[in-house]
Amino acid sequence: MAQFTKATSIKDWLNQRLAIEKVEKVMASEYWIPKNINFLWAMGMVLAITFALLLVSGIFLLMYYQPHVDLAFDSVNYTIMREVDFGWLWRHIHGVAASVVFLVIYIHMFTGIYYGSYKKGREMIWISGMLLFVTFSAEAFSGYMLPWGQMSYWAGMVITNIFSLGDLHLDGLVEWIRGDYVPAQAFLSRFFMLHVLLLPLVIIGLIGLHFAALRIPHVNNQDGEEIDFEAESKKYLAGDKAGSKVMRFANDFMSKDMMIVGIYLIFFFYLVFYNYSFALDPVNFDPADMLKTPTHIYPEWYFLWSYEILRPFSVNIGLIAFGFAQVIFVLLPWLDRSPNTVPASRRGLFQIWFWLLLIDMIVLTAMGKLPPEGIFSTIGLVAALMFIVLWIALPFITMNEKKV
Amino acid sequence: MKNKEPLILVVVVAFSLLTYWLVEPFAHSVMHKHVESQNFAYADLPAITKTGNVANGKELTMGAGGCTGCHSITKEGIPANMDAVTAAGVYGVNPPDLSDAGAVYDAKFLADLIKNPAHALKVEHKFDAAKGQMHPMVAFYGAGGDIDQEVADMVAYMQSIAVSKDELTPRMAYENACGRCHEMRYENWTQLGTKPSFKFEKDALAYDIEVLEYQEALTAYMGKLPPDLSAYIRSRSEHFLSTFIEDPQAHLAGTAMPRVGVTADAAQKIIEHMADAGDTKRHERASVGANVMWYILIFAIFAYLWKRSVWKELH
Repeated sequence: MAQFTKATSIKDWLNQRLAIEKVEKVMASEYWIPKNINFLWAMGMVLAITFALLLVSGIFLLMYYQPHVDLAFDSVNYTIMREVDFGWLWRHIHGVAASVVFLVIYIHMFTGIYYGSYKKGREMIWISGMLLFVTFSAEAFSGYMLPWGQMSYWAGMVITNIFSLGDLHLDGLVEWIRGDYVPAQAFLSRFFMLHVLLLPLVIIGLIGLHFAALRIPHVNNQDGEEIDFEAESKKYLAGDKAGSKVMRFANDFMSKDMMIVGIYLIFFFYLVFYNYSFALDPVNFDPADMLKTPTHIYPEWYFLWSYEILRPFSVNIGLIAFGFAQVIFVLLPWLDRSPNTVPASRRGLFQIWFWLLLIDMIVLTAMGKLPPEGIFSTIGLVAALMFIVLWIALPFITMNEKKV
Repeated sequence: MKNKEPLILVVVVAFSLLTYWLVEPFAHSVMHKHVESQNFAYADLPAITKTGNVANGKELTMGAGGCTGCHSITKEGIPANMDAVTAAGVYGVNPPDLSDAGAVYDAKFLADLIKNPAHALKVEHKFDAAKGQMHPMVAFYGAGGDIDQEVADMVAYMQSIAVSKDELTPRMAYENACGRCHEMRYENWTQLGTKPSFKFEKDALAYDIEVLEYQEALTAYMGKLPPDLSAYIRSRSEHFLSTFIEDPQAHLAGTAMPRVGVTADAAQKIIEHMADAGDTKRHERASVGANVMWYILIFAIFAYLWKRSVWKELH
């Protein structure tokens, strides 16, 4: 057993039991971050803040929400929106944050791709990040069911139906997921459980893993520079703050993080108060009606690109393409055969690949929302094929990349 | 080293805005039919050429016009001939009380309605006299004189007893023009009127049964129970609501919903009432929004100053 002495202060008392000074060093003041990074490196903190907003607003909403098919819609639109003080504010924050969190996730993801931050020991960061993306997607989808409006109901119907399509024909699986032949009480109850308990637990666990995965390989930097963190941190601690290539996580990097969080929150709250319909779809303000299919059924904007990969093909091929799109990002660290961990701007063909992928995904996103008619379905088909071709081409493009 | 951050910011913002524009304004403009507002001019209806005589109009309304056979005018002490549920059983929907009709409905519309209900209401696809499909409201064929003069007299009479434009509240406009078909549960409104509070559950249930009976008749008449409008202010845009009220057929050809012929003022008040039901916190949202924006702006300024002071030593 460790030796405990009479504490000289509260800090000393805690130190003997929890090693708080050591923890503070490991987590903050001697967690070294390279200096040559730009504001895109603050997206992690922006995501953490957005997740906190989701969690807090979700807790308030949970106090009034009723997971029952006859009560859910009114508990949201009457109780929370009209009766509860600031219930509308919590709902708008929750709805807008759920949408914006994906925008930031995509920025974060494409930053990682651009700067090669999934390579050379950073594979686990990428994989845990992709697992977070998948879990956030499930969290968003399950949450979308809860207001039990028209879009909740029909999105639930269409998405769970995917498993019964084509030669997959997993009707039993669809019934098992729904707990019924159609989305009804069993479906709502279990998606409620997933949304407020199981998936948030998984997300919190994965966030821990994502942070842990960052410790050993350290944060990447914008110049693809190999930094000797040991030597540079010694330089910093010796007093040469300006000469060192690294800085403390707190307060050095944190102060910049918070500045960017401040700017982000201006944008975020503008959306919450003045431009929220993109996140709170008007169609979902009609109560669920199993006898009335909405004219246009579309997922939330962040699922549109993968939805559009499913849509333009015949059923079986569409399912294969859809499955391909779901897993392919995870394999990125192995599909990229290049030895270089540098920004895409210095990687020749890969740079073209990067911008093509980004534009292709935006095109897919737009076509996923538009009705699949005429020119839109042609553009959608081309973009979906392009997506597949780009990923198949990636190993060949990167294989012959010269070492820089 | 050159600072690339402004360029990166421009790229990030440009791609985000492009995506937003594509999936929101652009996609919705493709998905939804655009209907221009006609400013409630009802240009398809003939203008009233005669100057109405109120006293004559009153006589016609109470007598030869036959209005009070079906319509109550509570303001003038004329009660309904039957209760709402029975009336719905007979006509499909409870005929409206005419006390404030002159303030809610457009004069041209009223004149055309009296002479040719299915035409004014734009439900001729449902009520084709040639096929024997008679509209439950019987047309006025004249009381022996100049029919246009007689109609103008009746319209003038209805306008004379109605509340003034300023006295017409959003709730009154809704209850008159929409409330006999559309429930509004969030405002405690049923097709029979505001639901009273009952001391005993059996009385409340008895009331609910009456509402159900009314709705049954209404469903048979309309083909489908008209929707509850509690959250319509959030599920439809204001432009949609306004143009839909003005002419339902322009949005949804063949719909059983009649053109209700409200004035521009009444239409605006109906929409305001919908906002009072489905977006009650809109004023609070505006004021809290402004405060939060100021707070976050100040936070961002302090965060920037903190960053500057910390980073001074790092360069």
